[in-house]
Amino acid sequence: MSFTESLETVTGTKIRLMRGGKGAPLLFLHGASGASRWLPFMEKLSETHEVIVPEHPGFGASDSPEWLDNISDLAFFYLDLLDHLCLEKAHLVGTSIGGWLAAEIAIRNATKLRSLTVVAPAGIRVKGIRKGDVFMWSPQETARNLFHDQAFAEAMLAAPPPSKEEMEILLRNKLTSAKLAWEPRFLNPDLHKWLHRISLPTLIVWGDDDKAMPVVYAPAWRDLIPNSRLEIIENCGHLPQIEKADRFVELVNGFIGEVTR
Amino acid sequence: MKFYFMHLMPYADLDLSYDEKHNSAWVTLPNTYYDPKKGHQLYNRYLDELEYADQLGFDGICVNEHHSNAYGLMPIPGVMAGALARRTKNVKIAILGRALPLLNNPLTVAEEFAMVDNITGGRLIAGMVRGIGAEYHSWGVNPAFSHERFQEAHDLILQAWTQPGPSVFEGKHYSFEYVNVWPRVYQDNPHPPIWIPSQGSSETIEWAAHPDRKYTYLQTFASVSTVARYMKMYKDVAAGYGYEATEDQLGWSLPLYVAETDEIARREAKDHIEAFLQKFLRMPMEMLLPPGYTSVKSMVGAMSAKAGHSMKQTIDSVIDEGKFICGSPATVREKLEEYQDQIGFGHLLTLLQFGTLPAELTRKNMEIYSKEVMPYLRNVTARRVA
Repeated sequence: MSFTESLETVTGTKIRLMRGGKGAPLLFLHGASGASRWLPFMEKLSETHEVIVPEHPGFGASDSPEWLDNISDLAFFYLDLLDHLCLEKAHLVGTSIGGWLAAEIAIRNATKLRSLTVVAPAGIRVKGIRKGDVFMWSPQETARNLFHDQAFAEAMLAAPPPSKEEMEILLRNKLTSAKLAWEPRFLNPDLHKWLHRISLPTLIVWGDDDKAMPVVYAPAWRDLIPNSRLEIIENCGHLPQIEKADRFVELVNGFIGEVTR
Repeated sequence: MKFYFMHLMPYADLDLSYDEKHNSAWVTLPNTYYDPKKGHQLYNRYLDELEYADQLGFDGICVNEHHSNAYGLMPIPGVMAGALARRTKNVKIAILGRALPLLNNPLTVAEEFAMVDNITGGRLIAGMVRGIGAEYHSWGVNPAFSHERFQEAHDLILQAWTQPGPSVFEGKHYSFEYVNVWPRVYQDNPHPPIWIPSQGSSETIEWAAHPDRKYTYLQTFASVSTVARYMKMYKDVAAGYGYEATEDQLGWSLPLYVAETDEIARREAKDHIEAFLQKFLRMPMEMLLPPGYTSVKSMVGAMSAKAGHSMKQTIDSVIDEGKFICGSPATVREKLEEYQDQIGFGHLLTLLQFGTLPAELTRKNMEIYSKEVMPYLRNVTARRVA
């Protein structure tokens, strides 16, 4: 696996960053479980892009800054990060909380961005459709509910119990996720009002068997972002980039290819 | 030493087989398990018990706040305190407490406490807590801000009680242009006594023991060794601040059952304390400790402790640990005298009704405790002070 790891200080906040590959920059924003490892889908995307994977402030090995209270703080931080890394025409890809974050960044300032991909993003509400309560799920329920193919859940549950250090990271990730998403649950009540401002070409990806963020949300996102396209992946849960990594990479590469043709 | 009768007001008529279908008596246990006809009987029975404590010579009675569960039916404890304010004459009324971070407007607590303090002519004890982890699920309040909101709400209430109004409050979670609470507190020199119930936390002790506060630290349901450790910590912290903590700054709250003999006590208490432990307190880790409720460091400790032994609590296990005192008057006197001598707490809050303990046994427990335990300990501890 070819990637490098570094610590970057962005406007006073130190974050851990993984980078790999050459090509147009692709900034990947992780979800609630963080991004401590370079995963196969990152490797595949790095064959055609410079893939940049930061750990958000409050997650993993990054600082937990005093100023971080909500998703808006995090979105503005990422505008600082885009400046700091001197990124231009970046392809922004985010999953779950990271997808929500990507949309929050794009409604604020998209001048450094070329395209947007959101995977099962949080952030809006479809009345009457309840999101999964990830804060109430036991570790067993979490594993089962994240995947369609229970072989992935079995593998996750069969993994050796986390070390004390890993446990600390898991708990910090959960704490920051709570900060961003406990109440209102995975929602910025104002976001839906401003998604129309996203003029970037946008790809929305969703697993058809997502128990955390039900697929009913997918068309709602498509309808709110004007220049968007929806791709639903069959037999797939909340983490298409893991459960259907090949299909996910194919969709992202295809979309970026179209956009930049 | 002072003696208090603490009540949780559990839904004692709970169908105890609920746990075949539900994993907790909190948050998600359907409220269809609650029958208002039975609830009507229970509320009035429990209020009678609290009033009876006044007649039996207790120094105080205690109510508290819990939401959306069968464990305690006092979501708005001020309603109970209000009812008791008029029907009792001598006892202190401790509201332990209001869960400050759960509230969107902490001034409602400043008002509620001030009203009870005025009606009773200064019999109020003001408890301030953060609530149980489960309540952050029930109340939709973000546990990641629990500590911040507690501090800020406390500061706001203290400002409302001690600064002439109107005043301005500028906080992160709460902001007010006109802090001007009517009525003012009756105990206005400087404010009603503040008690801080806690399951045990060094951060809480550091804060409560600070010379600006000197609040009474109340250790809730814990083993004797834990109680001793935290009370010593309080004294050490006070000494570090350059003063000696008094007995008045230390309290202990625990269930207790006293009967004619050790054997009768154990037999009569068993099913009811085990219902309390195994049914009413039942909740998964995700409810008990939501993210941010305790520091990541303490969470790691709690998770590894849980992985080590998730033993079911029984009457024997809690008696052995000293979490529950149960026995004949002689046994109970002996244990309490020994613990008080070792630990030096000045307030003893006994939960004399717990779980499914019925009215007759609750009254018998209260009577034997107040006649055969309290006077003895009053004398012993008074002699010790003299």
